[in-house]
Amino acid sequence: MELTDLYREVILDHNRQPRNFGRLDPHDAEARGHNPLCGDRLTITLNRDGERIADLRFEGNGCAISMASASLMTEAVKGRSRAEVEALFQRVHALLTAQGASPDGLGKLAVLSGVREFPARVKCASLAWHTLNAALARSDAAATGMVSTE
Amino acid sequence: MSVVRLHASHGYDVALLRAQFPILAQSVNGRHLAYLDNGASTQCPQRVIDAVTHYETHLHANVHRGVHTLSQLATDAYEGARERVRRFLNAAATREIVFTRGTTESINLVAQSWGRANLRPDDEIIVTALEHHANLVPWQMAAAATGARLRVAPIDGSGQLYFEGLRDLLNERTRLVAIAHVSNALGTVLPVKQVIAAAHHVGVPVLVDGAQAVAHLAVDVRELDADFYAFSGHKLYAPTGIGVLYGRAALLDAMPPWMGGGDMIRTVSYESATWNELPYKFEAGTPNISGAIGLAAALDFLEELGVDRAAAHEHGLLGAATAALMRIPGVRIHGTAEEKGPVLSFTLEGVHPHDVGTILDHEGVAIRAGHHCAMPLMDLLGLPATARASFACYNTLAEVEQLAAAVRRAAEVFR
Repeated sequence: MELTDLYREVILDHNRQPRNFGRLDPHDAEARGHNPLCGDRLTITLNRDGERIADLRFEGNGCAISMASASLMTEAVKGRSRAEVEALFQRVHALLTAQGASPDGLGKLAVLSGVREFPARVKCASLAWHTLNAALARSDAAATGMVSTE
Repeated sequence: MSVVRLHASHGYDVALLRAQFPILAQSVNGRHLAYLDNGASTQCPQRVIDAVTHYETHLHANVHRGVHTLSQLATDAYEGARERVRRFLNAAATREIVFTRGTTESINLVAQSWGRANLRPDDEIIVTALEHHANLVPWQMAAAATGARLRVAPIDGSGQLYFEGLRDLLNERTRLVAIAHVSNALGTVLPVKQVIAAAHHVGVPVLVDGAQAVAHLAVDVRELDADFYAFSGHKLYAPTGIGVLYGRAALLDAMPPWMGGGDMIRTVSYESATWNELPYKFEAGTPNISGAIGLAAALDFLEELGVDRAAAHEHGLLGAATAALMRIPGVRIHGTAEEKGPVLSFTLEGVHPHDVGTILDHEGVAIRAGHHCAMPLMDLLGLPATARASFACYNTLAEVEQLAAAVRRAAEVFR
């Protein structure tokens, strides 16, 4: 396993210049993610257009893997439906954890495959996705008038 | 048993020393393992492993109970370990030495037992800004249970305790000062003797968290005049799961037990119980017998090596590592107090400490990256985390070079 398998050029680029960085105000939903083990923190704000994510931003600080994963995710999910985001997360999670998971059709997200060889870093890469799920759940609850139990 | 003995006249032969630590002979990711995470846990020399194995192979039995031979032998070995610890700390009596799981449990014992018996609403406990969570959260819990308050003594930008700041916090409401001997995050050696003298001047007892001190400086609890002193075995070449609370006998005697069970009682009826004498009053249940025996072997090792000689060697490594890292553009050292233990906290501009940790690991260098269980201190310093290299008696100048080369590699990956 080479370091360049983890720290690929695309990851370093997204870490240096994260896309969709900042906040959306006003927004339909906001969620915060925190990885207490390493202190990575990020906040996602998003707006919905019915079932689809119309726009989203993230801000925070953390390691290159968490920042690049969040940046790549925002590019990949914009305009996608709730079900598409869920399916994409399943595939990304498999890519991060399962030997032999295919990166076909994942586009730029495929660069995260190197994380699999560094188990301590899987949580860094999945933090943004868990936070996005929380934001989507919150916007669902807001749309249906449900009250979060959190 | 290892027969390697080091004498002052032979000089400091680090190769001979390393030969006693089987784990250090490994390679990681195809590279020489430079184990620089000793602040988290030190490795065990063969004689410690042998002492534990000998107990499990020949002596294993419960202590303080049986009339049979093995129980007697196990009890002798366990109580022998207590006497070994007493000598190490220069405590007045073995009844002042309580075995625990580690520093954390030792401090919780005092916070729960002494704290609940002695703290009243509006009483104050003084800690410092650089405490490990283990010397902060137990006091928060005791304060929440009793209505007492925590006061935090300030540090300066170098990580040095602002002694006058602590002294000014002492007042008629102060019931205890709880202070680290050496900071795990910044390496600062705190002026504990001075703090103890100031606290005693107004009749306040002092607990010292010695987790990061015991492997690196000679501790004499009577010379310090400490009231409580806590440390962990696994930070001075012993196994995990064994630690010590030293407490002044008069204080321990007046404290209620905090855990009930076997061994800590004298008599029990269905309605009530009376307590055993010190230190057994605080050792409910079957203790970590093999751990205590391993700890005694580790103290033999450290004494034969000489804490002062080890410290001088480690100080040399710290100086070399500080100089080497400062030559790398973008490196900042955190914790520059005049007197430091062998702890080097640093950040590399543009590279998160966790990425530094992963890249260093890839280069065979084991360090800690994170908040070092000192989140309030990290917030105070405005840092999400740092990378920390921490040295022990068996580290070498070549490993310092390996560290510096790996940090340069991290800078290069993120150029």
